[in-house]
Amino acid sequence: MSTVVEPATAASPARTRAARDASGAARLGVGSGLGLGMAVLWLSLLVLIPLAAVVARGFTGGWNGFWDNITDPSAVRALRLTVVSSLLVAAINAVMGTLLAWVLVRDPFPGRRLVDLIIDIPFALPTIVAGLVLLAVYGTDSPVGIHLLGTQRAIVLGLLFVTLPFAVRSVQPVLMALDTEVEQAAACLGASPFTIFRRVVLPLLLPAIASGATLAFARAMGEYGSVLLISGGLSRTKVSSMYAYQKIENFDFPAAAATATVLLAVSLLVIVGLDLLQRAAARRG
Amino acid sequence: MGNRRSATRLVQRTIALLYVAVLVLVPLVVVTWKTVSPGPSAFWSAISSQQAVTAFRLTAEIALASVALNAVFGVGLGLLITRYRFPGRRLLSALADLPLSVSPIVVGLALVLVYGPVDGWFGGTLHSAGIEIIFSLPGMILATTFVSFPLVLREVVPVLAEEGIEQEQAARVLGANAWQRFLRITLPVIRPALLYGIVLSLARSIGEYGAVLVVSGNVSGENQTQTVPLLVGERVQQLEPGAFQLAFLLIVVTVLVIVLVFLRRRESESKHSEPPAVVPDDLALSADPAPAALALNNVASNDVAQEKGGLR
Repeated sequence: MSTVVEPATAASPARTRAARDASGAARLGVGSGLGLGMAVLWLSLLVLIPLAAVVARGFTGGWNGFWDNITDPSAVRALRLTVVSSLLVAAINAVMGTLLAWVLVRDPFPGRRLVDLIIDIPFALPTIVAGLVLLAVYGTDSPVGIHLLGTQRAIVLGLLFVTLPFAVRSVQPVLMALDTEVEQAAACLGASPFTIFRRVVLPLLLPAIASGATLAFARAMGEYGSVLLISGGLSRTKVSSMYAYQKIENFDFPAAAATATVLLAVSLLVIVGLDLLQRAAARRG
Repeated sequence: MGNRRSATRLVQRTIALLYVAVLVLVPLVVVTWKTVSPGPSAFWSAISSQQAVTAFRLTAEIALASVALNAVFGVGLGLLITRYRFPGRRLLSALADLPLSVSPIVVGLALVLVYGPVDGWFGGTLHSAGIEIIFSLPGMILATTFVSFPLVLREVVPVLAEEGIEQEQAARVLGANAWQRFLRITLPVIRPALLYGIVLSLARSIGEYGAVLVVSGNVSGENQTQTVPLLVGERVQQLEPGAFQLAFLLIVVTVLVIVLVFLRRRESESKHSEPPAVVPDDLALSADPAPAALALNNVASNDVAQEKGGLR
């Protein structure tokens, strides 16, 4: 905290960034160095060391042990179900999320703000409550006469429920910032509304749709609480996180850690993928 | 042409609204009905049983502890990331976001493997020193803190980056020490963002299921480690009554938080009509408060902000 700080010269927005970097960021002193040390220690104890322990335990039996654990038939079945339903959920989210964002931004119907608010509810609910909510509607004594308990469709429905806002919230701001002049020009030149959407709007929305769908995919891959109850505890509806939990309950930590490592790798891939996606989007703009 | 366009619009609107209604509204109505229909005495006994009261107390203790931890480390880390330059700063900021995208079961397993009493990396040593972490309160606090780790941090970083340090410098020149500068200058500036982060963190902490399930051992009876979400899960799975009533309370809390966030977003939307200040690229967290759900649970809010910038 004892560094001499250059005076800030914020003039134009273009210079603000440079000025702020030069003036804003100081070198670490004793107090701030100690603070950084504590923060890093805390992050390590809470997050980094435990996650490293998962990977380490996954590989206790070496590469072969890891491979045997993740190629166990029921692990493979769980992983296949998880990946297939997550991909399906991502695809449905891409379509429905774009439609919802479009309606919310371009169609000023009464009650629009209420819908805007409702969209956040399923996702912010505690996951076990989300699961109970779905069980109440689609379980054995379904009041609407749709029985999905223990089906793979129920898993997809549960994942759709908790990932509802992902694509919407990703597409919405981009759509709001979009200039309608190009669309008007296209309309003047005789393009149909569908052609305008496909040729003019959609290309601009694609990065946002892709990142929303990717986030939904990532969330769906690791989901546990919201699909637990509606799965009915059957082996045909067991997703990877349930498989891992079952292994933990049986104290088979290497098997649990192997599956957890796969899920962790997927999360990391998604983070890197999103970063690349954003860079691509920024370059285009 | 005009007619066809408004017909298309009506079809789009209907499909979108139906999707939301089927997915969200119908289930919420059904749950409310299932909560209300057994009558007020069933509601009262569901939330006043010994088990429920213990669950409320545990949930409150855990939520308060992890919110406090996340607030302290969120503000501290936020100050370090925005005010100082050191090697690994970007990596640190990226790593701090990681917890939101990890499966809750993986979080629980990770903590058990390090702090578990039998063969955890540190657990054995801690166990012989008489410190129990897994299957007791500290482990549940750790798990809850893990899953809500970046929520405060992500709210305060954009504000800190936007505000700059001119005022802090002025205070320094006038002879204020670091603590005075923090209390009198920095804290008032970040207070709304900090409160918002605390609300999000609280909501997430109250509702965590998977991670707490693994580290708590889900013990009922004496030495109960069941929080409210775990108790909901048990009551459903054991076909005991009272699950809907507890779940309903959690739904009420969630909706309150969402409304609060919604109002704040509206408020800052009207405030932010002037062009936003430039935020350094590597810290391009959303300057507008993110929508409730995204802010609460995942890595999206930065992406949204960056895309907004990218396509403008």
